[in-house]
Amino acid sequence: MPIKRLLIANRGEIAVRIIRAARELGIETVQVHSAADADSRAVQLADRAIDIGPPQAAKSYLNVDAILEAARSAGADAIHPGYGFLAENADFADAVVAAGMAFVGPSGDTIRLMGDKAAARRQAQQAGVPTVPGSDGVIEDMDAAKALAVDLGFPVMIKAAAGGGGRGIRIAHSADEFATLAPQASSEALAAFGDGGIYVEKVIERARHIEVQVLGDGTDVVHCYERECSLQRRRQKVWEEAPSVALKPEVREGLCTSAVALAKSVGYSGAGTIEYLYDDATGDYYFIEMNTRIQVEHPVTEMICGVDLVAEMIRIAGGEKLRLAQAGLRASGHAIEVRLNAEDPANNFMPFPGQIAELTLPDGPGVRFDHMLYRGYQIPPFYDSLLGKLIVWGEDREHAMARLGRALGELSVTGLPTTAPLFQALLASDDVRASAVHTRWLEPWLEENQHMIMDRGGAAA
Amino acid sequence: MAKHEIRSPIPGTFYRKPAPDQPSFKEVGDTVAKGDTIGLVEVMKTFHEVKSDADGTITAFVLDNEEPVMAGQPLAELD
Repeated sequence: MPIKRLLIANRGEIAVRIIRAARELGIETVQVHSAADADSRAVQLADRAIDIGPPQAAKSYLNVDAILEAARSAGADAIHPGYGFLAENADFADAVVAAGMAFVGPSGDTIRLMGDKAAARRQAQQAGVPTVPGSDGVIEDMDAAKALAVDLGFPVMIKAAAGGGGRGIRIAHSADEFATLAPQASSEALAAFGDGGIYVEKVIERARHIEVQVLGDGTDVVHCYERECSLQRRRQKVWEEAPSVALKPEVREGLCTSAVALAKSVGYSGAGTIEYLYDDATGDYYFIEMNTRIQVEHPVTEMICGVDLVAEMIRIAGGEKLRLAQAGLRASGHAIEVRLNAEDPANNFMPFPGQIAELTLPDGPGVRFDHMLYRGYQIPPFYDSLLGKLIVWGEDREHAMARLGRALGELSVTGLPTTAPLFQALLASDDVRASAVHTRWLEPWLEENQHMIMDRGGAAA
Repeated sequence: MAKHEIRSPIPGTFYRKPAPDQPSFKEVGDTVAKGDTIGLVEVMKTFHEVKSDADGTITAFVLDNEEPVMAGQPLAELD
């Protein structure tokens, strides 16, 4: 049944983005918000706003009962979870459906399956998608683990089966080091997580992060090509592009086809992203994980494909079949997105939830700025530091970088530090200009190039 | 001795414990030295330690665990 009234269970720039897509589809919008977001742009833009609790996310944006109650009282027939918060919470997806509404995303079972690292890896292997070489499941026997590590070749990563978010990971560079670290990792995991199981995985050095956007309707799946997000700080993406200039056409074809095969194998419904590590040295790619939601960096795909991914996922949740055939999906030109955060790049990226004093936004050809800002807006301290995303499109990468520089020159936010000077500095880097980057390129570059950020307006608070 | 207030240098959420399953950094009646950590403030998903800027004995916590705090707001009182 087509959706008539959509509740947005999120905040910030993505809530604004969802309201816009819904409005273009003729759908009414209900924005839930915490007490700290009563004056947010999403609340101002939505047809209706409902206060669901105190500032802390656990008491508002993660409060399933309050969100479902708001949806019922507003007569919503669907819920869009955005990204973060409840977007990949399988129980929430199930609860929305059980309450008689549509969840804009895949089924709870699909979220559960792809959210379980070991199960997702097995699913990828069954669908013929290459995975990072490593142990098939948990290893109990330390001698067997060591033999496998020698087979894989060092360095190898030792991961706690019950860990997550980078916790419980160790890297061994030799068999001797492995023999010391593996039992340590196991006993630490037992103490921290109550489960001493470990995995062993080969470390892909100098890997690029490449991910494929897919759209599925539960039966058919298409891909909208890839994005490259190799510029990361503390595993957080700061700059994303589409397409990746590192891929040869035949590699791109194989990569995108493998993503479609995996999504089809789980009957995927909605927008999803399949993440890979890409080894420049060998041309091999390896599945890492699938994100069963819209991603922050989705606009770069929209810019090169001319597709509104958020609108498509809402249509699919309303029961429509895919409107796009793979043959009709062409990528054109090059897009770059940079994340404008309320952080001081000259002071170790210290978050700074200040008040927007003056605001001048970039515009003109090929420029898009998805954001939640207005003059006088007080940034709440309770959520992440993303203020907006500057996205540019150009005929090719060189053109896109020229536009990014031009747009950053027009952008002016005063009252608080932002990450804008970082992007000016990155544009001046030869490695970035040549796309000679990998996932561990940015952090050492930052250590060595503080002056470049300072020179471009970054000021220590 | 005059009452002294320890204030939060940043806005965010105040935590009295290093982790949910661990005891509080300090309790009422505890003595603190300048530089002792009395709590954490979470701002934009990052955690920052709040240290005492004086020696003394804690007579009260103005805020409870997990309460929102504004920059400059008192967190605890010392004697």
